[in-house]
Amino acid sequence: MRAFQILIDGFAISALYALGATGFTLIFGVSGVLNLSHGAIMVAAAVAAWAAASILGVGTYAGALIGVGVALLTAFLTYFAVVKPIQDSRRIPNEEKEIFVLTGTLLWGIMIQELIAYFFTNNAKTVLPIVEGVVDILGVRTPKNEIFTAIVCCLVIGLLWLLVNRTRTGKAVLAASMNPRGVTLLGLELTNIYIVVWAIYGILAGIAGVLLGMFLGVSSYSVGPLTASAFSIVVLGGLGSVSGSLIAAFVVGYLETLTAYLVSPAYRTIPALLLLVFVMYIRPQGLLGRR
Amino acid sequence: MNRALSGALRSAFGAAAAGALLAASGPALAADPIKIGVIAEAQAIAGASIPQAAQLAADEINAAGGVDGRKIEIIGYDNHSSSADSVRAFQRAVNEDKVNIVIASYISEVVLALEPWASRLKTPFVTPGAASNEISKSVHSDYEKNKYTFHGYLTSAALALSVCDGAKDLLVDKMHMKTAVIMSEDAAWTKPLDVGYEECLPKIGLKVLDHIRFSPDTTDFTPIFNKIEGAKPDVIITGISHVGVQPTVQWKNQQVPIPMFGISSQATNETFGKDTNQAAEGVLYQGVSGPGVAVTPKSVPFAENFKKKFGNYPSYAGYTAYDEVYYIADAVKRAGSTDADKLVDALEKTDWEGTIGRVQFYGKEDPFTHSIKYGKGLITGLMLQWQDGKQSAVWPKDVAKVDIKFPSFIKLSN
Repeated sequence: MRAFQILIDGFAISALYALGATGFTLIFGVSGVLNLSHGAIMVAAAVAAWAAASILGVGTYAGALIGVGVALLTAFLTYFAVVKPIQDSRRIPNEEKEIFVLTGTLLWGIMIQELIAYFFTNNAKTVLPIVEGVVDILGVRTPKNEIFTAIVCCLVIGLLWLLVNRTRTGKAVLAASMNPRGVTLLGLELTNIYIVVWAIYGILAGIAGVLLGMFLGVSSYSVGPLTASAFSIVVLGGLGSVSGSLIAAFVVGYLETLTAYLVSPAYRTIPALLLLVFVMYIRPQGLLGRR
Repeated sequence: MNRALSGALRSAFGAAAAGALLAASGPALAADPIKIGVIAEAQAIAGASIPQAAQLAADEINAAGGVDGRKIEIIGYDNHSSSADSVRAFQRAVNEDKVNIVIASYISEVVLALEPWASRLKTPFVTPGAASNEISKSVHSDYEKNKYTFHGYLTSAALALSVCDGAKDLLVDKMHMKTAVIMSEDAAWTKPLDVGYEECLPKIGLKVLDHIRFSPDTTDFTPIFNKIEGAKPDVIITGISHVGVQPTVQWKNQQVPIPMFGISSQATNETFGKDTNQAAEGVLYQGVSGPGVAVTPKSVPFAENFKKKFGNYPSYAGYTAYDEVYYIADAVKRAGSTDADKLVDALEKTDWEGTIGRVQFYGKEDPFTHSIKYGKGLITGLMLQWQDGKQSAVWPKDVAKVDIKFPSFIKLSN
């Protein structure tokens, strides 16, 4: 009974982690950007979905769509207002650009966080679930929304795989992640590829944020922990490797769930962080890293 | 310069400066405003009501002519729920903005950090919402030093008593419940609360089957509810303030069949309904007052005026902060001065009927010196329940508007 409970809960949370981390790793793989405003974008999506449904009263579906839209907008804003100016700057030496992007996105994330706290308080918000009620699976009372979350996550990740491997745009993105210079030699504009990647990222982070808002709820305090969890999943899986991130998301998700059930909910994140440190020692490139 | 001359000049300047100061402070005193610094968590559900309620009280007093012709001026500081920010705000309030007294915070950790500063800067200080026993215990153990701090809300010990008194009538006598699990967040205020619960619950006939303390950072409450359900209690007795929305929503989404009853600070604010998308339905929480509850003749008009001005009913700390401004004004009037020590003396003699009951402070000899008195005829607290999207009083009988009812997923064992 308890084993099933862990299996079911762990799957939902892992799928959610996977979705959140995929976009994060995709951007790194293609443009070398570690976006530390990731958590803030997810929270912005969830809070926007909550505000649209609860304050403006637009309904659950429209609210969720608005949430994803806000994430897409914020992702573009992050790229055009923070990342691109740093990448294009002639006054910042090339070797220092990564650290500038890191700092810039971190500060940008804090700005979003403070804005959310200022306008919507720092208390947690929850997005109204799209499907309500519970079903009994193997004796475990499971909220239907939890199943919905897992299904949506798997579907979206599947669609992403199709997009990357089966479409022309996707193939260009994939190529850019392998050899950016080669792509430009083929006559493709690198900036256009970046815009596509940031759009994909915004949609993924938005869906993940709204689903998290339905599943557990988020507050402006979640910004830091969400960025940190995506970051550690991506590092564990191997920076830039999408399949590595997927595996790492499930490892971290299940490890956390196991700890919460078998040890104590208070120590939930500790074993996953210890594992991260351990992997850094023996395999610094991560589980499926290329370097 | 000649040393003797310089010395003479310096003393002459000193005397002149002192004279100017005396001249300035003397006649101006009558018209000087009474400055109250309000340091609060403007971004938190429970804390947001504090500065709003204080301003409302000040506006009312000023509209009625002030205190002996002196207006009340509220100077607000947002502490972002941080102790460090609060200490800086306190220093600034006293040293630069020259406030006469400070009202601060609903978080015990913050209040415990400010208490030594009230002593050092010799500035009276009242908290409208923190609960830790340690706040008033320190006043008792070193009275001369810490007498500047007043605890304008119930101690955790009194809160536990209030919950147990309510639980006896509602859960044990009426619903014949026999067992409970305590679920509380790990924070300064819940340590004495849990001690109180452990002591009084068995006395009223509720056996404590398990006691779960969790980190205030917890986001996924599934394992906690799972563990509680495994113990098969009749009721979950809560001690939550930093968290509130997430456990409540997950309780509903997972359809945990056990009712929640106890302290849930966020549930005291009307905005909680929207924040949880009405998952709060059925939640039972302790309060000092509530919308539509006439604890005293002042309670309802205050709540309605507050809602008219700010769009929602106040949290529990709104009621206490509103009362505080009034009894501070009353103390200034009785003391005839804003001098810190005279103000402390006057505050100790407070006997004020506010929105939450009759406010008096425990004396020097009581272990909870300067905390508000708990008991019949003073402040007893009440139990409220979220029903049909509204907060309704269910206990005690004389203010109760409705009977307890639960959402359909709650399965009462008796």
